[in-house]
Amino acid sequence: MKEHLKESVKIISGNSVAAWAARYARVQVISAYPITPQTTIVEKLSDFVDSEGWDCQYMRVESEHSVMAFLIGASFAGTRTFSATSGQGLFYMNEMLHWAAPSRLPIVLTVANRGVAPGWNIWADHQDVIASRDTGWLILFASSHQDIFDTIIQAYRIAEDPRVYLPIMVCLEGFQLSHTIEPVYFPDQSLVDEFLLDLPKNGWPHTFLDPNRPITFGSLQIPGGKVATPSSMYFEFRASIEKAMLNARTVIKEAAQDFKKIFGRDTGDLIQKYKCDDAEAVIVCAGNMARQAIAAVDKLRSEGLNVGAVKLRSYKPFPIQEFQELANNGVKGFGVLERNMAFSLNGGAASVDLKSAFYDMEPSPYVVPFIGGVGGRDITMDDQCNILKRVLNVIKNKERNVKVEYINFHGRFE
Amino acid sequence: MEKNKYKPWRSIPDDIRFEDLPTCPLAISDKGSIGNTGEWRTFRPVINKEKCTKCMTCWTYCPEGVIYEDNDELFIDYTYCKGCLICYSECPVNAIEKVREEI
Repeated sequence: MKEHLKESVKIISGNSVAAWAARYARVQVISAYPITPQTTIVEKLSDFVDSEGWDCQYMRVESEHSVMAFLIGASFAGTRTFSATSGQGLFYMNEMLHWAAPSRLPIVLTVANRGVAPGWNIWADHQDVIASRDTGWLILFASSHQDIFDTIIQAYRIAEDPRVYLPIMVCLEGFQLSHTIEPVYFPDQSLVDEFLLDLPKNGWPHTFLDPNRPITFGSLQIPGGKVATPSSMYFEFRASIEKAMLNARTVIKEAAQDFKKIFGRDTGDLIQKYKCDDAEAVIVCAGNMARQAIAAVDKLRSEGLNVGAVKLRSYKPFPIQEFQELANNGVKGFGVLERNMAFSLNGGAASVDLKSAFYDMEPSPYVVPFIGGVGGRDITMDDQCNILKRVLNVIKNKERNVKVEYINFHGRFE
Repeated sequence: MEKNKYKPWRSIPDDIRFEDLPTCPLAISDKGSIGNTGEWRTFRPVINKEKCTKCMTCWTYCPEGVIYEDNDELFIDYTYCKGCLICYSECPVNAIEKVREEI
């Protein structure tokens, strides 16, 4: 008998929302290893599995590496899988992340982002997920408690689409989202069932796991040369991840549209725009900083400044076309505020990606890189207002090659 | 949902292209799928038919599955036997001898 969860509003922590989302998605296999700030997700899931009603296998393993190895096996068998990790745990899992994506398994992993040791830091920071950016995983950022629920539900829909079949990381910032409490609307189970794709009865159509027909997955692929052979297609298999990643752009948009139709909430697709239509300068942020940016925009708009905010919802695939469209529609300057350091590249990772997206545009918009909120350091609404004002100044003074600015940095960096 | 056009039991053409690939590299176990592995041998295991009791211990331990029974007698397929000599070590009645391969 399948359980049927009822519509409700709960005052709840971000981590509990993630656990509820997995339960709503009818996840069948969970593998878990604790790490702050994610731990309460898998604790809550353990409670759920203990309580009656939810038919789910919960496996405690000895490390994050084994968490992902276990989920890979479970996903090969065609089940819906879930786990959560953070920071150092994500790094320990790294080898298996690289195994999951080329195996094209629709695993969903929640990452409660935290700083990277040393020095030990368990607070909000995006360095952990940025270090995993070329693993072939899709990377989505949630910016509020409601958004955590909405993004995890959408993640299953996107990952399990036959045009994609790639694993997804859903990121929420440690403590600032994971351990704070907010009201969240939970729908009736039937809406989630309607939104998600039906699980195929005999496993994913591309994995063919069948004891009567033993097959090696991920078999040896030699370099090859001018002539193609079935065992020298390594390059082509890597390219097929790229193809799926490009398809994901369409699938993410479709999922967001369907989600809006069924649940009535606009979550944004690859990006979410706020007052960008007539904006001259916009601030681009991922995670909860994007939500605070809305308040900063409202404040500056009341002072008569033409500014907007963009939530970077999908980092992989990177929304190149969406940003180019914004530039074509009159946005002249982009202030990119990030919680990560892309060392030696004059800014965070997304600011570099944004510059490459604009490289062929004439005139190319201004990209002003900012780094702040690293290791959970405060970023206030006023900081974001100052960022937008700085971008407006850059546009006015036609400054190019703007040096990255560190926000709330103690001392002078020269 | 679109079924992948590659069924695992269908053989893959030699002139395979990117467009034809299955989603993940996969291999079906098949006799001699990576060539004539018998060439790897340094020592050849030889069954002494007089000592052999047909207990099938060698058959159980052979990692390559190249030992077979025919007409109540045991044989080794030397085209694929890699010469690991596990059968030689495991035979309870020492009915398997090792003979150095001539080059």
